[in-house]
Amino acid sequence: MADTDLYAPGVAREPGLKDYFDLLKPRVMSLVVFTALAGLLVAPQSVHPMVGFTAILFVAIGAGASGALNMWWDADIDEVMRRTARRPIPDGRVPASDALALGLGLSGLSVIMVGLAANLLAAALLAFTIFFYAVVYSMWLKRWTPQNIVIGGAAGAFPPMIGWAIATGGVSIESICMFMLIFLWTPPHFWALALFMKDDYSNAGVPMLTVTHGHRSTRRHIFVYTLVLAAFAIGMGFTSIGGPIYLSVAVVMNAIFCKGAFDILRRDRAAADADGFAVEKSFFKFSLLYLFLHFGALLGDAALRSAGLWGGF
Amino acid sequence: MIRAEHEIHTRRKSRNVGVGLILATFALIVFGLSAVKITNVGPQESFDHVVRPALAVEDS
Repeated sequence: MADTDLYAPGVAREPGLKDYFDLLKPRVMSLVVFTALAGLLVAPQSVHPMVGFTAILFVAIGAGASGALNMWWDADIDEVMRRTARRPIPDGRVPASDALALGLGLSGLSVIMVGLAANLLAAALLAFTIFFYAVVYSMWLKRWTPQNIVIGGAAGAFPPMIGWAIATGGVSIESICMFMLIFLWTPPHFWALALFMKDDYSNAGVPMLTVTHGHRSTRRHIFVYTLVLAAFAIGMGFTSIGGPIYLSVAVVMNAIFCKGAFDILRRDRAAADADGFAVEKSFFKFSLLYLFLHFGALLGDAALRSAGLWGGF
Repeated sequence: MIRAEHEIHTRRKSRNVGVGLILATFALIVFGLSAVKITNVGPQESFDHVVRPALAVEDS
């Protein structure tokens, strides 16, 4: 009997725990933990640390579960794209059926645990987020429309709203603002990635804007969306969760982000090919710092308020 | 030839130890959460774990 007969179909060896952990998209989970925690901590009410810890942990696990369901559904696309070819299913480390089972199991567990630890609204928001990412985005939008990541970006925007709901039990204008910040940030972030992924998306048959409308149109879209994002992000500084730290960070970061978007707008494919998409890559990397610093600044202002050093505009 | 330790055994063993640790952590979290919930709801009847009206502070 050959060694491969011992394993499930489609895998080359016995999967380890790390292979299953990779199904949960750990880097996305870390972003979810950070933004959900920010939503929890900037809220006017506080929760017991154990309740907050458990709720945020299971929000992260819920996000990971939706990542596993996404990898199960998109295994055929991931196999073709260089960026995703090393994921556990196309790499032959985990059978697709295991990803489905893990995704469904952890989805149910995470929603129940958030409901028990915090409240039903937070659990319902998490359930909707998982459904939106796994079904609406992965199964429907992604292969159908170039607006896929514009609408699908909502899935990634829910965590701070869930964090806020864990603390307050409700939804308010402030939590909607945090949702909108990530929602508006997502298109420029992913379109910059799509520009330097070159032919990955077209080879996989995914109708990204770069495939359906070309690079010229994508560069215009990045610029316009960045301007809208910048106006919103700076305006958010004048809400009750904003403050001097957020406003200072927002002004500086958005000025740099708009400059980056303008540089992308001015370039053409030949210029980008010549320097290996250097401007697009640095814009993409900066977009991660952009989001991190905006939520970090919200936390800074929350600390100022709780110390009595800032009373709001 | 039959080997006592195939690669599949060591890999499964490490996976099972990992799953065991995760389950133990989960049990601790549920215990900790239960302790916090129980100690934060105020005076309770011991037999059915509901708030005891006799201990409730009346509004003046």
